[in-house]
Amino acid sequence: MEAQRITRIEGSALPMRGNDIDTDRIMPARYLRSVTFEGLEQHLFEDERKGSAAGDKAVHTHPFDDPRYRGATILIVNGNFGCGSSREHAPQGLHRSGVRAVVGESFSEIFFGNSLMIGLPCITAPPERIRELMDLVEKQPNARLRIDLQAGTCESNGFACSIALPPHARQALVSGTWDTTGLLLERYEEVDAVAARLPYVGGF
Amino acid sequence: MGKTLLQKVWDLHTVRTLPTGQTQLFIGLHLVHEVTSPQAFDVLRARGWKVARPDRTFATVDHIVPTRERTRPFVDILAEGMIASLERNCRDFGVRLAGLDDDRQGIVHVIGPELGLTQPAMTIACGDSHTSTHGAFGAVAFGIGTSQVRDVLASQCLAMEPMKVRRIRVSGALPPGVYAKDVILTIINRLGVGGGVGYAYEYAGDTLERMSMDERMTICNMSIEGGARVGYINPDDTTFAYIRGRPFAPPGDSFEAARRWWRSMASDPDARYDDDVVIRAEELTPVVTWGVNPGQSVSVTGRVPVDGDSGMDRQALADARGYMGFTGGETIAGMRVDVAFIGSCTNSRLSDLREAARIVRGRHVAPHVKALVVPGSASVKNAAEREGLDDVFRAAGFEWRGAGCSMCLGMNPDKLEGRQVCASSSNRNFKGRQGSPTGRTLLMSPAMVAAAAIAGEVTDVRDFVQEKVGGGG
Repeated sequence: MEAQRITRIEGSALPMRGNDIDTDRIMPARYLRSVTFEGLEQHLFEDERKGSAAGDKAVHTHPFDDPRYRGATILIVNGNFGCGSSREHAPQGLHRSGVRAVVGESFSEIFFGNSLMIGLPCITAPPERIRELMDLVEKQPNARLRIDLQAGTCESNGFACSIALPPHARQALVSGTWDTTGLLLERYEEVDAVAARLPYVGGF
Repeated sequence: MGKTLLQKVWDLHTVRTLPTGQTQLFIGLHLVHEVTSPQAFDVLRARGWKVARPDRTFATVDHIVPTRERTRPFVDILAEGMIASLERNCRDFGVRLAGLDDDRQGIVHVIGPELGLTQPAMTIACGDSHTSTHGAFGAVAFGIGTSQVRDVLASQCLAMEPMKVRRIRVSGALPPGVYAKDVILTIINRLGVGGGVGYAYEYAGDTLERMSMDERMTICNMSIEGGARVGYINPDDTTFAYIRGRPFAPPGDSFEAARRWWRSMASDPDARYDDDVVIRAEELTPVVTWGVNPGQSVSVTGRVPVDGDSGMDRQALADARGYMGFTGGETIAGMRVDVAFIGSCTNSRLSDLREAARIVRGRHVAPHVKALVVPGSASVKNAAEREGLDDVFRAAGFEWRGAGCSMCLGMNPDKLEGRQVCASSSNRNFKGRQGSPTGRTLLMSPAMVAAAAIAGEVTDVRDFVQEKVGGGG
């Protein structure tokens, strides 16, 4: 299956502070009660945004409701983002809301893999760079970030840092092979050969 | 240089290196449930693909099933739609299904082992992060998302990255009233909720070797809460004895051949590990979470952290305390609970229910507490009823329900309401996890949940255990 080549992501950013943001927070379980992923973007962080969208003064404005970040395509996060449940609904919701890259200190492996499978790069940078990036975006919400996956750089308005992506993820994204099913179905005789040597498949 | 079980299983299941540099890994068992599979089946349909190996695929319903009123169609039309979708997908693609009325139905991580589907040295994948549970058998088992479910359905393979291995050795005797749940909560507390990212956890040591398969499953189940996608224990005689005679176990004489192969796949004595951690079982106490992730826990005799406590991220501490309604310094014992939930893929097996029943027998749930027991599978439920455990729980004021994931994640009618506090034997205390956006979860062992239900507040189960059996068990 032909997937899009993803080499550069450019756009404004949205900072979402905090370590260990779990997928239950990103996408509450009740929105998994559907046989499609459609409309998930409407429920991102829903439980912690109550009252925030309506401009309730008593409620801290959630970054996803902050008008300064409207239209942002790059999400900036701290450590272990996307931990917990394996629900792909979390990256699906982010992607459907227009997020095209997540830049953070570290990611849960399952979240990272699920995001890669839908062409959403999860890119890492050292904690001090993330702090600078968050500060920059909070001061200048309109700042445009330019991420180059091939060169491994992220830059904006005088800010520049190198970013990291595991080689396989970079390769999959820049070559447009992140939709893996086609790859896995090639040379299927080799799969059959592996199955045949497994005693629990062939019989003990 | 010897190899770990992970390396041996990985090598044996490797098909080839993909152009991206990833490993194409053959998946020996694919477990499927209603919540994370419908979109994957739809892609197969749209692209004209079949399920590559229906003989290596098994489905059940667990996440959204009601545990009380189970007549069809369900009142919840969304839940009904999801179950109907899985039934149709299994029919259309020839996948075996333990459906709602099947006596094999239950939480996917409870029934896989029960049926003998889960075996040592297999690769096992399922669209659920607690797939690490099956590592208790020496399988390499991990959770995947829906796009990867699609990959496994279509090809029986996944594109994977290799993992490092951290060995966690637990040694010594667990004191009475301290359980496998306390061991894993302690490990997560010490190594952190993100500490296992990039690692598989190999649990070893004499404490683990003495544990039953149920206890080992509790340990491996929560590996993912420590950030490790895979957690496993080398297979031994306890493992083999559990598997023998189960419906999908190797039959007759082939079992001996299987046993020899399984044993050969265990980590070699001279295997090299990327990291080593040692935990002393004698020092452990019952553990309760006070915060909003499974690493935020204290001993039942401890207090909620205060500002300046070592190793705490100040912001995370303030955020977690704020959500939970703590100011810091409170004793966790004495925290009033509204709901007591015994269930989930972590702690809903027969031995869990027996231990909880031992605590509640002859006592009664506090008047303000709603208490429920949700067995992990129809088989666990039936076995418990044959022993009369259902009567013990009902007499004590617990509700006795049908099998499913239930209040672990509140995708069915079993949810917290408002800011209720739940003593829970499940695995996640995330904000909103149990179905109420402001609900509060305190994770603990099933025996501790039973004690909390009786006392109406968090209490030290060791007092109950000593009272009942004079310090034994």
